[in-house]
Amino acid sequence: MNLSREWLSDYVDVKSIADKEFCDRLTMSGSKVETCEVTGSEISNVVVGKVVSIVRHENSDHMWICQVDVGRGEPVQIVTGAQNVKEGDLCPTALDGATLPGGITIKSGKLRGEDSNGMLCSLAELGLEVRDFPYAIEDGIFILEEDCKPGDDIKDVVGFGDSVLEFEITNNRADCFGMIGLAREVSATFDAELNVPIPEVKGAGGDIYEHLDVEVQDTDLCSRYTARMVTDIKIEPSPAWMRRRLRAMGIRPINNIVDITNYVMLEYGQPMHAFDYNYIRGGKIIVRRAGEDKTVTTLDGQLRNLKPDMLMICDTIGPVGVAGVMGGENSEITENTKAIVFESACFSGPSVRTTAVGLNLRTDASSRFEKGLDPQNTMGAVQRACELVELLGAGKVVDGIIDVLGDMPEPATMPLEPEKINKLIGIDVSADYMKDILVKLGFTVDEDYTVHAPSWRADIECNADLAEEICRFYGYDKVPTTMFKAATEMGFLHDIDVAQRRVGQLCRGMGYSEILTYSFVSPKNADLLRYAENNPLRNALGIINPLGEDTSVMRTSMLPCMLEVLQRNWNYRNKNVKFYETGRVYLPVEGQQLPEEPIYLSMGMYGKGDFFTLKGEVEAIFKSMNYGKPEFTAEKNDPTFHPGRCAVVTVDGKKLGVMGQIHPLVAANYGIDTEVYCAEFNFTAMLATQQSDPQYTPLPKFPAVARDIAVVCDVECTVAQLEKSIARGAGELLKNVELFDIYQGAGIPEGKKSLAFSMTFRADDRTLTDADAEAEVKAVLEALEADCGAVLR
Amino acid sequence: MRTQLEQIRQNALAAFASAASTAELEEMRVKVLGKKGELTAVLKQMGKLSAEERPVIGQVANECRADIEKALEEAKTKLEAAALNARLEAEAIDVTIPGTAVEEGHRHPISFTMDEVRDTFTAMGYEVIDGPEIELAEYVFTKLNTPATHPARDRSDTFYTQEDEEVLLRTQTSPMQVRVMEQRQPPIRIISPGRVYRKDEVDATHSPMFHQIEGLVVDEGITFGDLKGALTQMIQQLFGQEVQVRFRPHHFPYTEPSCEVDVQCFECGGKGCRVCKGEGWIELLGSGMVHPKVLETCGIDPNKYSGFAFGVGCERLTMRRFAISDMRLLYENDKRFLEQF
Repeated sequence: MNLSREWLSDYVDVKSIADKEFCDRLTMSGSKVETCEVTGSEISNVVVGKVVSIVRHENSDHMWICQVDVGRGEPVQIVTGAQNVKEGDLCPTALDGATLPGGITIKSGKLRGEDSNGMLCSLAELGLEVRDFPYAIEDGIFILEEDCKPGDDIKDVVGFGDSVLEFEITNNRADCFGMIGLAREVSATFDAELNVPIPEVKGAGGDIYEHLDVEVQDTDLCSRYTARMVTDIKIEPSPAWMRRRLRAMGIRPINNIVDITNYVMLEYGQPMHAFDYNYIRGGKIIVRRAGEDKTVTTLDGQLRNLKPDMLMICDTIGPVGVAGVMGGENSEITENTKAIVFESACFSGPSVRTTAVGLNLRTDASSRFEKGLDPQNTMGAVQRACELVELLGAGKVVDGIIDVLGDMPEPATMPLEPEKINKLIGIDVSADYMKDILVKLGFTVDEDYTVHAPSWRADIECNADLAEEICRFYGYDKVPTTMFKAATEMGFLHDIDVAQRRVGQLCRGMGYSEILTYSFVSPKNADLLRYAENNPLRNALGIINPLGEDTSVMRTSMLPCMLEVLQRNWNYRNKNVKFYETGRVYLPVEGQQLPEEPIYLSMGMYGKGDFFTLKGEVEAIFKSMNYGKPEFTAEKNDPTFHPGRCAVVTVDGKKLGVMGQIHPLVAANYGIDTEVYCAEFNFTAMLATQQSDPQYTPLPKFPAVARDIAVVCDVECTVAQLEKSIARGAGELLKNVELFDIYQGAGIPEGKKSLAFSMTFRADDRTLTDADAEAEVKAVLEALEADCGAVLR
Repeated sequence: MRTQLEQIRQNALAAFASAASTAELEEMRVKVLGKKGELTAVLKQMGKLSAEERPVIGQVANECRADIEKALEEAKTKLEAAALNARLEAEAIDVTIPGTAVEEGHRHPISFTMDEVRDTFTAMGYEVIDGPEIELAEYVFTKLNTPATHPARDRSDTFYTQEDEEVLLRTQTSPMQVRVMEQRQPPIRIISPGRVYRKDEVDATHSPMFHQIEGLVVDEGITFGDLKGALTQMIQQLFGQEVQVRFRPHHFPYTEPSCEVDVQCFECGGKGCRVCKGEGWIELLGSGMVHPKVLETCGIDPNKYSGFAFGVGCERLTMRRFAISDMRLLYENDKRFLEQF
């Protein structure tokens, strides 16, 4: 909502307050000023000039040399290419060094050898258009018909210099979408008297009821419909003051009747509509839902498809307008309009909103109705429109007002509870102080402090609402800043937050940077990841109104997000990328309204490192987080991963995640042409495997004995199988086994491999002898041969 | 013999002083003090001396030996020191050669801010709780005093997962207020950080997914002044003690009175510039006293208790703090961006 300070002064005199203070104080009393601009502020050094002589330019077939009296000394010579200038004309004249809208500066110069010390301006060059000054022409110099003399500042002549404020009006304050509503806030903020004249209409005789009938069928959606009629319409431009005010408020002037409806809307916050009476068939307006009517053509020439519940303004044949949104083309005001009907009505906000959304047609009117308007306002607005008709001589106002009342809401009434209000805010002011503020805002307060909210304040329901009114004029900034007193309590993070932080620290310590990705992904990822048709991860929660397909389902895995980020980095040619993310996945649960939202941990990398780098890091995470010892089992059947380089990670038989090299086909799907390694864990489940604190075991008193063995076994044999076998063969004395070499090639038969282990034996009660160690090794070798067919190399 | 000893002593002392290495010195030691050394040879002749001469010469011999050993030790220390110095000199390096790179990971700036806010509030005695992101419209809107016809519910603003619009991607963290108040009685002091979703196209200042931190305090006698105190403290913690804070009236359906909280523009110090769009202030968060209807809906007696709630957008805090000009950078996850934090 814009506000012209010039216009505002019709209702409240605050001219002496500078723009900055004006804006600051209004912002702090709840009417937030977004911008404040002075109209024409880009224009400087442009004055009225009188063309005293005009001759052809000798070296040009279209230029003219003018001597222009600019009210100071000798006339100034200006060359112009315009063809509409005559001797004696008054023109806006930009002098040397003048500035114009769009950052243009005018400098003296020569045009085909002749001095030109300025420029005669067109409307467009001043940021205006023909609608602002209908007597001027578009292609040519603006020949002024205003009351002015050479040397006058053009800004004063055309009515620039008004301060125009743009407000952010909150949804609860529909009344502030009108000048009068804002004037009331201004009056309360600056403690200045508010003066809103009651419109007076003389009337030109006749009786509206002889011409027009109004029936409101759906009173639930139309609480009031007020109408007046004007005949003998003379369509012409509205006067300069009205055009200027409309323009300042961001509305284009059209003609006197349309301008009046817009002017009243801006003034009263009440959308108005003017129908051409000739096109109201049957002389009757019917307000009803569209029902059987399927279409209407609106003012903008668009054919609109209707839904049965949309509220329409109809005549006896069919719709002539969409209630509260836009009039119909058939009853539009034209040059030939002879009689009109002013509509000033109150339609249901939600209904107008649904209709506007349904038609994809948001208008100034609909956005005002949506917020819920005051039904008491329709009468004043229609009267004001007729008053303006008479003032402008635009037609004859027919006597009589049609006013159909539907379901009107009662404004709230409540006792003022000063103690409660003081306590809620943390101040101590008297009931009379509170009353004073409320009265300034248009509330009525009885002697017993019963408060009646004004009809335009449907948002007021209880004392908390009154508290806000009082507080904002007391001053939010004056309320003492206090620290609440409460029992001392430990603030804390829940385990999952603590764990997420710790795992983040670990990942970063290992070179992984944290990423943060959208929770919604493209459903195409299921195919890019090569999910099987029956993979439950395909069952993702869909968004019915997504921004686009790329963000239309909630992720069931972190991998698509990770791979997209790796892809982007690959495309940016970033080398050696290692990323992790902790975040939620969204898993629909049959028969449950809300999905489960466990937290997952994903890690991804390309560049330096391989499967075992990642595996080592995963092991380190489990160890540092005290999540138990993870087991890695080869997984050949996960289509997302390389069938030979993928492991399922379990702790105590419970699957917690999967890790490995991303299948080359999947990597290719994401446009990454290198080996990519990823791991994904259900972090919420991991947290559940957290072990109790480690308990100290005494340090060994006796020395250990180390023995190395190298065995040859089938290539298919896994290290895990051999380690298991070693553990079975040795007994309690075996404290540690470490693989230190894998070898295939010369000296080892085809289909076999050699594995070398270092074993550490120790007893807790004595120093082991060589014989002890030899016995252990023998048992180990026997077990290896029996279990895995592995023999000493 | 006395002269012999004196001769040995002088020779040895001179020789030691001139030794160029510890190896050379050792050779000299053997030559003088070794089993077949000069001094040993002389001392072996002691037996031939008379009983009167023996103690006198013996004493001279001992003195001579002590002097030689002392000189030897000194020479050795000197040589060792010289050798060490020479080695250290040879080992000298160019300390301006870059250190061996440690590939440390970096924290995402959003999570940095979120953790800092969490820590600030836990230190002030708040509990940090989590809630569902896929939420019931009842919790996001209805129970927060937002009527069925409110524009925030529009499909143009809110993502829904069901045609009946009963389940949606939460547009704010405020439903956690309801969930908490339904489950417990005051005193309540919580924050609830998390992801929220609004149907905004991606641009430099908008993202369809972003992060918020919700705060809620309900107790007896909580005032609007207390709201100002708690939020001022948080903002000073995040932006420094000197930051100027402004509480400005606003409207939210679930708080009354409501306010928006601004901080003075960091760029221009309040004079007005491009960053603050000439206002001198930058909007930081929304807040207010919990609406009595909301308290009542959640089973808390509004005549006994009052409270305040607030919601902070983390992206805004983060971008402000790290001078990030474009929100898209936060979700692009370019390594070169992440490595700056």
